[in-house]
Amino acid sequence: MYKIIRKKELNPTVTLMEIEAPRVAKKAEPGQFIILRVSEDGERIPLTIADFNRCKGTVTIIFQIVGATTEELNHKNEGDFICDFVGPLGRATNTKGKKKVAVVGGGVGCAIAYPVAKKFFEEGTEVHAIIGFRNKDLVILEEEFKKASSKLVIMSDDGSIGKKGLVTDALRELIESGEKYDEVITIGPLIMMKFVCSLTKEYGIKTIASMNPIMIDGTGMCGGCRLTVGGETKFACVDGPEFDGHLIDFDEAMARSTMYKPFERKKHEETCNLFKMGDEINGR
Amino acid sequence: MADNILKKTEMPTQAPKERAKNFLEVALGYTESQAIAEAKRCLGCKNKPCTLGCPVKIYIPEFIAEVGKGEFEKAYEIISKSSSLPAVCGRVCPQENQCEGKCIRGIKGESVAIGRLERFVADWHNANYTRWPEEIKSNGKKIAIVGSGPAGLTCAGDLVRKGYEVTIFEALHTPGGVLIYGIPEFRLPKEIVATEIKGLKALGVKIETNIVIGKTLSVDELLEEEGFDAVFIGSGAGLPKFMNIPGENLKGVYSANEYLTRLNLMKAYLKDSSTPIKKSSRVAVVGGGNVAMDAARGALRLGADEVYIVYRRSLDELPARKEEVGHAMEEGINFKLLNNPLEIIGDEDGFVKGIKCIEMELGEPDSSGRRRPVEKKDSEFIIDCDTVIMSIGTSPNPLIKSTTKGLETNERGCIVVKDESGKTSKEGVYAGGDAVTGAATVILAMGAGKNAAEAIDKYVSNKKA
Repeated sequence: MYKIIRKKELNPTVTLMEIEAPRVAKKAEPGQFIILRVSEDGERIPLTIADFNRCKGTVTIIFQIVGATTEELNHKNEGDFICDFVGPLGRATNTKGKKKVAVVGGGVGCAIAYPVAKKFFEEGTEVHAIIGFRNKDLVILEEEFKKASSKLVIMSDDGSIGKKGLVTDALRELIESGEKYDEVITIGPLIMMKFVCSLTKEYGIKTIASMNPIMIDGTGMCGGCRLTVGGETKFACVDGPEFDGHLIDFDEAMARSTMYKPFERKKHEETCNLFKMGDEINGR
Repeated sequence: MADNILKKTEMPTQAPKERAKNFLEVALGYTESQAIAEAKRCLGCKNKPCTLGCPVKIYIPEFIAEVGKGEFEKAYEIISKSSSLPAVCGRVCPQENQCEGKCIRGIKGESVAIGRLERFVADWHNANYTRWPEEIKSNGKKIAIVGSGPAGLTCAGDLVRKGYEVTIFEALHTPGGVLIYGIPEFRLPKEIVATEIKGLKALGVKIETNIVIGKTLSVDELLEEEGFDAVFIGSGAGLPKFMNIPGENLKGVYSANEYLTRLNLMKAYLKDSSTPIKKSSRVAVVGGGNVAMDAARGALRLGADEVYIVYRRSLDELPARKEEVGHAMEEGINFKLLNNPLEIIGDEDGFVKGIKCIEMELGEPDSSGRRRPVEKKDSEFIIDCDTVIMSIGTSPNPLIKSTTKGLETNERGCIVVKDESGKTSKEGVYAGGDAVTGAATVILAMGAGKNAAEAIDKYVSNKKA
C-alpha cells in the first residue's frame, strides 16, 4: 500500500498527489512514468512522473479526471492509501548536450513537461516554455514554469490568459523571430503533438514527443502500447515513452487511443453515480 | 497385480456446450474410487521410465502405489519431495511428452494417467489438510528471486526449506507469473495458484510485488546494496512477437499476452470488471501452441460466436497439448490448419474486419525436422473477423539484460547459462525457465528452478567457507 502524503487541486479537473514510494523516488527521472492501481481489482493506469523527492521518498503525480480510475483516485485524500504504485518505468529524457530547447506543453501534459523543463534548466540549458490551455481556469504550474525557463509563453483557446491561439502559433513566432533551438520537446494531446511535430519538421528542428498510449503492465509484456515509429513497431513502455516526433505515426496512435472509449465513458458514469450515491447516503 | 484395462480411467469434465459459456474449470478431477482404479493400472516398473521423463524427477511409481492403497496423504508427501507445485503441474504439464510418454502401459494401450493422479493427490491434500510447516531455522543467508512464476516459486521453495531467507521480487501486482496472467481460470483456477503461494509464504518466503528488476532495482543493487548472497533470475519470456504484416496495429488486434492478461490478471472475465476487453463476435487466433488454445477458448467464453485457430502447419505439428486441442475442438473452435495470415484488413474507423490468409502445403523437412510449410499459389482467402489475437510466441524481456553488467545473453535475448545448474556469466547470479530457454513449459521452468536452488546452495555454502 502506498500513502498519499499531499493532495492539491490544481484546477477543477486536474489534481496533484504526492505519494510515498521510496524505491520509485530513488530512481525516478524526468520523462519516466509509473503505473498505479487505486484499489484491488481496479485498472492499472500509467501516469507520467511530475516530480520526485529522493530525501522524502515521494513521487508526485498530476492527473486529469477523465475516467473511472482517475475519478476514484480523486476521491482519495491525504493520509489514504492506494493499492499499487510501480516504477519508474520507461526511459528518462535525454537532457545532455543541448544549448537551447523549447518545451511545448498542452493541458495536463504540462504536468509532464514541467519536470523535463526543470531538468534542462538546472543543467544550464536555455529553456523556452510554451504552455497552452483551453482557458485561464485550467492553467496549471504557471509559477513553476516561470522558475524553470528563461522565457514563458502562455497560450489559451479563448484568450482569457496569455495570448489567444495555439501553442504552434507561439512556437512558429519564436522560430520565425530567429530563435535557434537544438531540440523541441512536446507533451500534450496527440493532436497538438502531431501539429507541433509537423511544424518543426518544416524547420528541420529535432523534436521529441512523449506518448501515453493504452497500457497494462508497463514492462513490455502486453504490447498494447505499441506504436509505429519510423515504420517499425515500438512499445511505448520500454522503448519510450519519448520518441522522435518526426517519425511517429500520430494518426495510428490517435485511432488506437479510442479503442475503449465507449467502455471508459460508461465506467466513468457508473463510478460517478456510485460516488454521488455514497455522498447522498452520508448526507453530503 | 496391475489391472490390464487398456484405457485410462476417463476424466470427468464439464459438457463442452455448457463449459464454452463459463470460466469454471473444464476437467473436474478424479473421485477417490476413480483414482484408486487408475492407480491399479500402474505396473510399478523397477527402472521407472516415467520418473526419467519427469523434469523434476517425481517418484512416480511410489506415489501411485500409495494412491492404489488409498493412502493419499502419503502419496502427497512423496510428490512433495520433488515438486513444490503439484496441483499446478497435474493440470498443465504436457504429460504425453514426459512421464506418460515413457509409460510402459502406453506401448499397448494408453499410459497410466499420471498427470490426473498427481492432480488428484494435490487436490485431495489441499482439501483435507492444512499442514502448518515445521519451523525452519534460518542460516542467515539471503537469496533474491526475480519473478514469481513457476521457476522462481520452485527455486524459492527449495531454498527456504534449506534455511535461506528468500525474497521474491515480482513486477506485477499479484504473484504467480504466467500461472496468473497467462493460463486462464478454466484450465488452472487462480485459487490453486494462490494456495500454493500461501504455502510458500507460510514457509517464510517473502514476496515483494510492484518491483521491476531492471527499473526499480537492478541485479547489481540486489547483490551490492541490498545484501543478497545470490540472485536467481526467473523472469520468463514475456515479450510478445508480432508477424510484421500490414494491419497489425488496427483496433482489435491483440497479442495473446495482452488478451490473456486482460482476461486473467485483470479479471475481464468477471461481469463487472473495470478492465475493458473487446466484445468480439468473430475471432481469429494466429498460432498453434497452448497459449493460442487458451486465447481461443477464452474468446469463446467471453461470448464470441465463431473462433478460428489459424495455423500454418498441420494437425500433427500443433505444439499445444493434445488434451487442450481436443477440448478446444469439442467446444467448437474452428481449426484453419495449413493457413498463414498475410494481412489484417480494417474498416474505415480503423477496426479489424478480416484477416487475409493463404493456404499452405507441407514441403521438405526443415532444421527442426518438421516439414516446412510452403505457400500454395493463388490460394488467398479472407476470414471475416472483428478480432485478431497474435499468438506466435514470446521472447525474454530485455529489461534485465540491458541493466545488468556482465550478464551474457544470446542473439534471441535469452540468458546464457553454463550448464544445468543455471550458473550465468555473472558471479552469484543464476537463471532458469523461459528467461533462459525462450518460451517453454511450466514444468521445465520448475526443473530449472530446482537445479538452480541446489547450485545456489552449493555456491553460497562454499563462499561462506
